[in-house]
Amino acid sequence: MADVVIIGGGVVGCMIARELSRYQLKIVLLEKEDDVASGTSKANSAIIHAGYDAKPGTLKAKLNVRGNPLFDKICSELDVPFKRIGSLVVALTDEELKALDELLERGKINGVPGLEIINRERLFKMEPNINKEAKAALYAPTAGIICPYELTIALAENACQNGVEIRLNSPVVDIKVENERMLSVITPGEIIHTRYVVNAAGLFADEISKMAGAEEYSITPRKGEYLIFDRRFGGIVSKVIFPTPTKISKGILVCPTVDGNFFIGPNSNDVQEKDDVAVTQKGIEEIVNGARRLVPDLPMRHVIASFAGLRAVSNTDDFVIEASKKVKGFVNVGGIQSPGLSSAPAIAEMVIEILKEEGLELKVKSDYNPERPQIFKFRHLSSEEKKELIRQKPAYGRVICRCETVTEGEIIDAIRRPVGARSLDAVKRRTRAGMGRCQGGFCSPRVVEILARELGISPLEVTKCGYGSEILKGRTKEFIETGGVAGAK
Amino acid sequence: MQSRELVIIGAGPAGLSAAVEARRLGIKDVLVIDREPEPGGILKQCIHTGFGLHVFNEELTGPEYAERFIREAENLGVEIMLDTMVIELSADKRIVAVNNREGLMEIQAKAIILAMGCRERTRGAINIPGFRPAGIFTAGTAQRFVNIEGYMPGREIVILGSGDIGLIMARRLTLEGAKVKCVVEIMPYSNGLTRNIVQCLEDYDIPLLLKHTVVNIHGRKRVEGVTIAEVDENMKPIMSTAKFVPCDTLLLSVGLIPENELSRMAEITIDEATGGPVVNQRMETSVPGIFACGNVLHVHDLVDYVTREAELAARGAASYLADGGKKYEYVPVSTGSGLRYVLPQRINADAMTDSRQNFFMRSVRPMNKARLIIESEKGVIKSKAMRHVKPSEMISIQLGRDEVIGIKMLRFSLQEEGDGVERDG
Ligand SMILES: Cc1cc2nc3c(=O)[nH]c(=O)nc-3n(C[C@H](O)[C@H](O)[C@H](O)COP(=O)(O)OP(=O)(O)OC[C@H]3O[C@@H](n4cnc5c(N)ncnc54)[C@H](O)[C@@H]3O)c2cc1C
Ligand SMILES: Cc1cc2nc3c(=O)[nH]c(=O)nc-3n(C[C@H](O)[C@H](O)[C@H](O)COP(=O)(O)OP(=O)(O)OC[C@H]3O[C@@H](n4cnc5c(N)ncnc54)[C@H](O)[C@@H]3O)c2cc1C
Repeated sequence: MADVVIIGGGVVGCMIARELSRYQLKIVLLEKEDDVASGTSKANSAIIHAGYDAKPGTLKAKLNVRGNPLFDKICSELDVPFKRIGSLVVALTDEELKALDELLERGKINGVPGLEIINRERLFKMEPNINKEAKAALYAPTAGIICPYELTIALAENACQNGVEIRLNSPVVDIKVENERMLSVITPGEIIHTRYVVNAAGLFADEISKMAGAEEYSITPRKGEYLIFDRRFGGIVSKVIFPTPTKISKGILVCPTVDGNFFIGPNSNDVQEKDDVAVTQKGIEEIVNGARRLVPDLPMRHVIASFAGLRAVSNTDDFVIEASKKVKGFVNVGGIQSPGLSSAPAIAEMVIEILKEEGLELKVKSDYNPERPQIFKFRHLSSEEKKELIRQKPAYGRVICRCETVTEGEIIDAIRRPVGARSLDAVKRRTRAGMGRCQGGFCSPRVVEILARELGISPLEVTKCGYGSEILKGRTKEFIETGGVAGAK
Repeated sequence: MQSRELVIIGAGPAGLSAAVEARRLGIKDVLVIDREPEPGGILKQCIHTGFGLHVFNEELTGPEYAERFIREAENLGVEIMLDTMVIELSADKRIVAVNNREGLMEIQAKAIILAMGCRERTRGAINIPGFRPAGIFTAGTAQRFVNIEGYMPGREIVILGSGDIGLIMARRLTLEGAKVKCVVEIMPYSNGLTRNIVQCLEDYDIPLLLKHTVVNIHGRKRVEGVTIAEVDENMKPIMSTAKFVPCDTLLLSVGLIPENELSRMAEITIDEATGGPVVNQRMETSVPGIFACGNVLHVHDLVDYVTREAELAARGAASYLADGGKKYEYVPVSTGSGLRYVLPQRINADAMTDSRQNFFMRSVRPMNKARLIIESEKGVIKSKAMRHVKPSEMISIQLGRDEVIGIKMLRFSLQEEGDGVERDG
């Protein structure tokens, strides 16, 4: 029995869960993967957009502009790094110059503060590595960067601290409705009775809506691919650098990350399958060519990883955030493509308003705590703090990931915290172990060992990202005894 | 803040050899720091033989080779601090190290030898398209899992790159009962030692596919296969030749990168060609009193050369400690055609610690017959005929002090010589 079931542990589901945890409610969040932030929320451009891009009047425009200023407070409460570094839309041709004026106008209508068009001189002073052909740029000082999975995990942890039950490895397989009213949500392991369901299932929100017999819409995946570079070159740009946008996307950008690396991407290609996050040769070429228009001299030898994310594009072309008219108590939060991350705080506010209108009683909890307990990141501490921490907890003196200087203490903490890490990728997203230039070459055997020890399982059971992604295939000698590969399988 | 005379970062063969030599030269206070719980560096996991032919005239395994230096270091009273990671290094020779016993330590050294080894190039660095499932390992990581942890990374394996670690692992995994389907190499020649091609692939009938690469990785959760294709002269895949190879594991043996994060912190000049510090005749970097040797300096294929280089670095450190950092003028050593790099990159003949100086270099491509030419501003000072030159096998040549004294520059180049034999590539 729950008051509200939230389906999907992306940034949207977790933001809603945390907002709802202020109230005296029993809330269950269901996520099909072995960790939150396993869908689109882990692979995107990580920008808190200023809000000039979306068409005036749309939910995208409204919620982005409302969401952006909320990040400072949320991130300080959750101890999540957020840098308001500003963004630049660069015009390379006269035509693009005109487009800048339109963007500026649109931004003003949307209510974006501080926008201005800056000339070449100022532009090159800000960004010396940019294409010398640049004519001018639209400067948006309120744009920021964040780590989207770190935010999502922090939201989940804080929601959990405030009583939300987060169930991982729990795919929703059916939804029961009685008398046009929500009855229960079914996963392979349980049936949860509930009067309210929030559908925040990202790419799969259309299928969940259909499962409930609510409004039909369709979501198509649109892939965006990225290359990420060694931190040594992180200073190549200091702000988010956009090209002048086209109708379908904001274009391929060059952008710093909060962790000091920089990335190029994304392109934009429709794909068939909702789990097709494969990086393609063509895609890599596309983004390299695109990014070179902005920053011609890219350190291509220092790419450390590539990845892809899928935009959940709805056929309505705007966010779908509304109570179902067919199924009472069912709320759709679908089609949350860009700027979904930037809008997430405002989406959560809106969803709570909708639930209230739908009759959910909201009584404020007296013991709600918006703050996540401090998390020690060894590499960010001063010498004195490091000394003190190791004195108290010696595990913080053992460096496991050498590229990102992550200690055993941080990894143990990531496993033991609420919504704790259960796989290599989950440890990586929480601590950065394995995210540096050697991509886990040195630390993955040791992280496997720590996970096995902490979880009381065999190293053979440790996975990269949940069941089916086991890292190791057996013990040495084992295959010889079973007759090698021929007999075994 | 503790004060130490000589601190060596890394207890692999380079660090250990340097430590032993330093003690022999009478440096009293030698501290070696390594982040691993055991000394020996990469040799700990190299349980195959092939180490020590030059230094000991014996074929030892990696751990055996390391053991000799570990014992010698202990006998000579070298202090080895294990499980301790150096996290900061500055140009004034201050080191910050951390472990879980002493916590954070600040050390002021009079001289430092860098011996941090190298790391493996990863998938990201070579941009292989496809999914990112479990089952993709660098060869060295797989080697660690098998030889140290006792686990098998996979059953059906494709190896990309024919670097030595990949070749050694092809044999190792086969002996463990796994099936190595093929080794795929983008170049028209292998990047490993010839003896490894013969002993690790040919003896086990493992196909080596030259001019091929992996163009796609399949599998959402675990590798289910890879697509391989031939490449053209520009190393672009020819998609009409693409074929699917089912496997559960992809090993990468696509190169090693000297591990110079600490060197960069200390603002030591790095040679883009070697990936390691620019050094002089005594293996001293651009920061006086900081020396480098082994894989942190340039990637070696033979440990014996590592030991020799480390001993030179130790002699360098000893002479630095004795002469108190006297300033010298250097003549540049430049890399001419046919070579990828030459090391040391600058020398001062007067300050040579030995009567003969070793120069190390690698060719840009395989050559059946070639001539190594060494020139000064006055013209050719030495030339040497060479056979079967390969980029994967380091070339070493010595010049006597008398040959380099008084010169203003040195240039090394390698010229291919026709021999009537047809060559590939
Ligand atoms: C290439 C790209 C770039 C982007 N750049 C930006 C940007 O810079 N700024 C910005 O604001 N936005 C950006 N976005 C958009 C932003 O990433 C998304 O709007 C946001 O992450 C959506 O979050 P979500 O929670 O709705 O979806 P998701 O993160 O996908 O979460 C949905 C979750 O539901 C789970 N789920 C699905 N089905 C079920 C089921 N049956 N049972 C249980 N759980 C289920 C999934 O596993 C998943 O974890 C970008 C998107 C992409 C793809
Ligand atoms: C798999 C493989 C197979 C080989 N096969 C052969 C062979 O058959 N025959 C042969 O002669 N040669 C072989 N070689 C070559 C030779 O053994 C290596 O080149 C040699 O081991 C390099 O020695 P090193 O001391 O420079 O580096 P390493 O052995 O890598 O040692 C570096 C040490 O420094 C430590 N370290 C690094 N950074 C820090 C830090 N910040 N703080 C503390 N400690 C640090 C590391 O933990 C490591 O222990 C092989 C090499 C490899 C990798």
